[in-house]
Amino acid sequence: MRRTVGAALAALLLAGGVGLWLTRATPADAALYEDLDGDAEAGEQVFVAAGCASCHHAPDAEGEAKRVLSGGQRFASDFGTFVAPNVSPHPEAGIGDWSLAEFASAVTRGVSPGGAHYYPAFPYTAYVRLEPATVADLWAFWQTLPQDATPSETHEVGFPYNIRRGVGLWKTLYLSEDWIRPADTPELERGRQLVEALAHCGECHTPRGALGALDTDRWLAGAENPSGDGRIPSLRPADLDWSKSDIAYYLESGFTPDYDTAGGHMVAVVENFAQLPAADREAVAAYLEALPE
Amino acid sequence: MIRTSAAAALVLALASPAVAQDFEGHIKARQGMFRIMAINLGIIGDMAKGETEYEAEMAQTAADNLVAVSGINPLVLFPEGSSNEAVEGTRALPAIWENTGDVGDKWAAFGTAASDLQAVAGDGREALGPALGPVGDACSSCHDEYRESND
Repeated sequence: MRRTVGAALAALLLAGGVGLWLTRATPADAALYEDLDGDAEAGEQVFVAAGCASCHHAPDAEGEAKRVLSGGQRFASDFGTFVAPNVSPHPEAGIGDWSLAEFASAVTRGVSPGGAHYYPAFPYTAYVRLEPATVADLWAFWQTLPQDATPSETHEVGFPYNIRRGVGLWKTLYLSEDWIRPADTPELERGRQLVEALAHCGECHTPRGALGALDTDRWLAGAENPSGDGRIPSLRPADLDWSKSDIAYYLESGFTPDYDTAGGHMVAVVENFAQLPAADREAVAAYLEALPE
Repeated sequence: MIRTSAAAALVLALASPAVAQDFEGHIKARQGMFRIMAINLGIIGDMAKGETEYEAEMAQTAADNLVAVSGINPLVLFPEGSSNEAVEGTRALPAIWENTGDVGDKWAAFGTAASDLQAVAGDGREALGPALGPVGDACSSCHDEYRESND
C-alpha cells in the first residue's frame, strides 16, 4: 500500500515537474545583449516596420500622438479580448525601468521581467526571428519616445486561457525562430525579414489552428478576421494577381490596382510601410511573388 | 458644413421609420458613386505611377470629377437599415449610423483633399503623387472604421 502511494506520489511529482518544465518561461539569452549598444536612428526604422505604435498608441490617437505608447486599444479574439498595455518609457506605468535584455525577452520570447508569459496577441512569435542587434537598435530608439502615465488595463480572458502558464506549453509547441520561406537573394532576405519578422504579416494573413497556432502549410493563404469583420485576403500569387509594382504602390499609397483603398487594420500597416524606403516595399513585393501558388 | 449636417439630420429623420425595405437601389447608387471615384482616381494614379503618360487636361478633368462627387451628401445613399448586418450585397458597417457626424467629417476631409488635388492636377506629373496621398488617406480613414474588411 505504502509502495503504491509512493509510486503514485512520484508519478504525480514527475508529471507536475514535467508540467512545470513544459510551461516554464525562458527569457532571451542575456549574454547576447551584454555588449550591444543600439543605434536609435536605425531603431526608428525597426519601430516603424514592426508597427509597435499601431497597437500600442491610445485608441483615438492621430498624427504625432501615435508615438505615445500609452496602450488601451482592444483586440478581440476567440480566446478573449486583449488590451494593449502601456509600453511607453514611463518608469512606473510603462517599461522605462527595463534593461535591454528584459526588453529583448519580452519582444522575442514573450517573457516579462518577472518571468510571466505574455499572450501571443503580442507577436513575439514573429519577432523571435530578429537579430539581437536589431532589438538593441529598437531599444535605443525607445528611449527617445515620450513617457505616459496611463495605467495598463487587464486583459479580458476567461478560463482556461487566463492561466498564463498554459502559454508556456503553447510556446514549447509553436515558438520557433526558424524562417518559414527560403531567401537566396539580398532582396528576398530583406523581404523575408519584413514579412516574417518585423511587419508580422502572417499574424493576420495566415490561418490558425484550434489552439491559435499559425498553420504554416497555408502561410499567408488568407484567414478569418478574429474581430469578426470580413476575411483577411490571401497573399499567395494564385490569389493575389498584382504585379510587383502594384504591391509596392499599395504599400506606399494604400491604393489597390483598381483604386480601391485599404481598410481595417491594414490602414495602419500601409501608414507604416509608406514611411520605409521604397526598396523595402519592393522587397516585400519580391517576397510575396516568390510564395508558392 | 452646418448645412451639410442639417441635411444629414433631415435625411436620417426621414429614413428612420423605414423597416425591412428594399435598398437595392441605394446600394447600387452608393457603390456606383465609389466606382466613379475609383475610376477618376485611377486616371490620376496611373499617371502618377508612370503607367500612363501625363495629360494635363485629362488629369484636370478627373480631379474636377472627384471634387464634384465630394459635393454629394453621401448619407442620402445610406438609409438606416442598409448595413451589412441587415441586408446582403454591402460592406457598410452598422457603425456608420452610430457615427454619422464623424462620417460627415471624414467625407468633408475627402472634399478638402480632392480640392487640393484639383488645384495642382494640371501642373505636371510630379505634382500628382503628393496631392494624391491625402485623398487616399481620406478614403482609408473611412474604410478603416466603416467598411467590412473583405468579402
